[in-house]
Amino acid sequence: MENEKKISFFGCIFNGIFTENPILVLMIGMCPTLAVTTSVSNAIGMGLSTTAVLVASNALISLVRKITPDRVRIPIYIVIVASFVTLIEFLIKAYFPALYESLGIYIPLIVVNCIIFGRAEAFAGKNNVINSIGDGIGMGLGFTLGIIIISAIRELIGSGTVYGYTFVPEDFRAALFVLPPGAFLVLAFLTAIQNKLRLPSASNKKEGCDNDCLHCTIHKKAVTVEESK
Amino acid sequence: MEYIVIIVSAALISNVVLSRFLGICAFLGVSNKVDTAKGMGVAVIFVILMATAVTFGINTMFLEKSGIFGLDLTYLQTIAFILVIACLVQFLEMFLKKFIPSLYKALGIYLPLITTNCAVLGVALTVAQDYSNFPKGMIYALGTSVGFCIAIVLLASIREKLEGNDIPESFKGKPIVLIIACLMAIAFTGFSNLNIG
Repeated sequence: MENEKKISFFGCIFNGIFTENPILVLMIGMCPTLAVTTSVSNAIGMGLSTTAVLVASNALISLVRKITPDRVRIPIYIVIVASFVTLIEFLIKAYFPALYESLGIYIPLIVVNCIIFGRAEAFAGKNNVINSIGDGIGMGLGFTLGIIIISAIRELIGSGTVYGYTFVPEDFRAALFVLPPGAFLVLAFLTAIQNKLRLPSASNKKEGCDNDCLHCTIHKKAVTVEESK
Repeated sequence: MEYIVIIVSAALISNVVLSRFLGICAFLGVSNKVDTAKGMGVAVIFVILMATAVTFGINTMFLEKSGIFGLDLTYLQTIAFILVIACLVQFLEMFLKKFIPSLYKALGIYLPLITTNCAVLGVALTVAQDYSNFPKGMIYALGTSVGFCIAIVLLASIREKLEGNDIPESFKGKPIVLIIACLMAIAFTGFSNLNIG
């Protein structure tokens, strides 16, 4: 599809936010999507930390892609990603202790977020630094946007607020939506609406996540300028 | 008795998938058939137990202040654990292929998928942070992984039953699976009223 066209920096950003939105279209990175979307502020914190890790790791992986032997690239990616996650964890702990408390174990678990490995394997390992940074920004913001939408719905119905501002009076709230089942329910209806409107999503295409994040194939079509040369 | 409480609360009350959302990718992706779900479940139990044992050892020996370096290196947990898990899974795959081919045949295809299963890293980190006692940590790991196995096998059985059913067009595929997961999660919240210990 984009194989012939030259990928531009802004094209990469646009692609991540809209065309291949990791949550709403590709449906990857489901664990944080469901776990931290109990409130919009958590979702923003999670989204932005993931974006930061994604941009940094994409940039570094792209920088070292020519000196990385193919056979040991996975451990190298793992070390790079895990180092950035540890850095982010320190920053959150120091500057946003409340967020650190509420995200808890899901901060270190950014390491195993499929989006990050997927992009490293499918994009950053094969494209130049500028485009990889663009891809990181796009995918990260797309992820943030997706979890903000889900968390806004959950927070509005479940606790009657959005980002702390009250909209729904106490008698009309359904606490189920901030409990774990609500996460599944909101995501189910979002995907069903996408199917109904025939919007692109992983559930109405043949290809989809095969859960093998280390050898992610979803994005193969969006790659690559350099490989085709 | 204490061990039973840990197992029941890890497996049922705060189920790893349905209330803590770890390992969702595998839960939704590898639950088409009961047989594959069983394979995945057993492979996860196996890997979580091995990984927890190894990471617990590394944590107490090297990373904690009482370890051989005498430095508080616990901030390296994330890097160390994910590397150990990745190596362990690779090693396990080679070992099974060479020495226990029958088990490799049953579990082999699931092993590479497990490296990025967040349940494994999640359990390893939880045990390292909350449990200082090795047997208790292992029992917790066992409970959690059995919980994963129960959840994925249940989901797969429901999905198999669902195959011939008349599902609304727009709910086919992922949405109906998520609805099932939602109902299972509601059912599992019932366990939180269990009064044990």
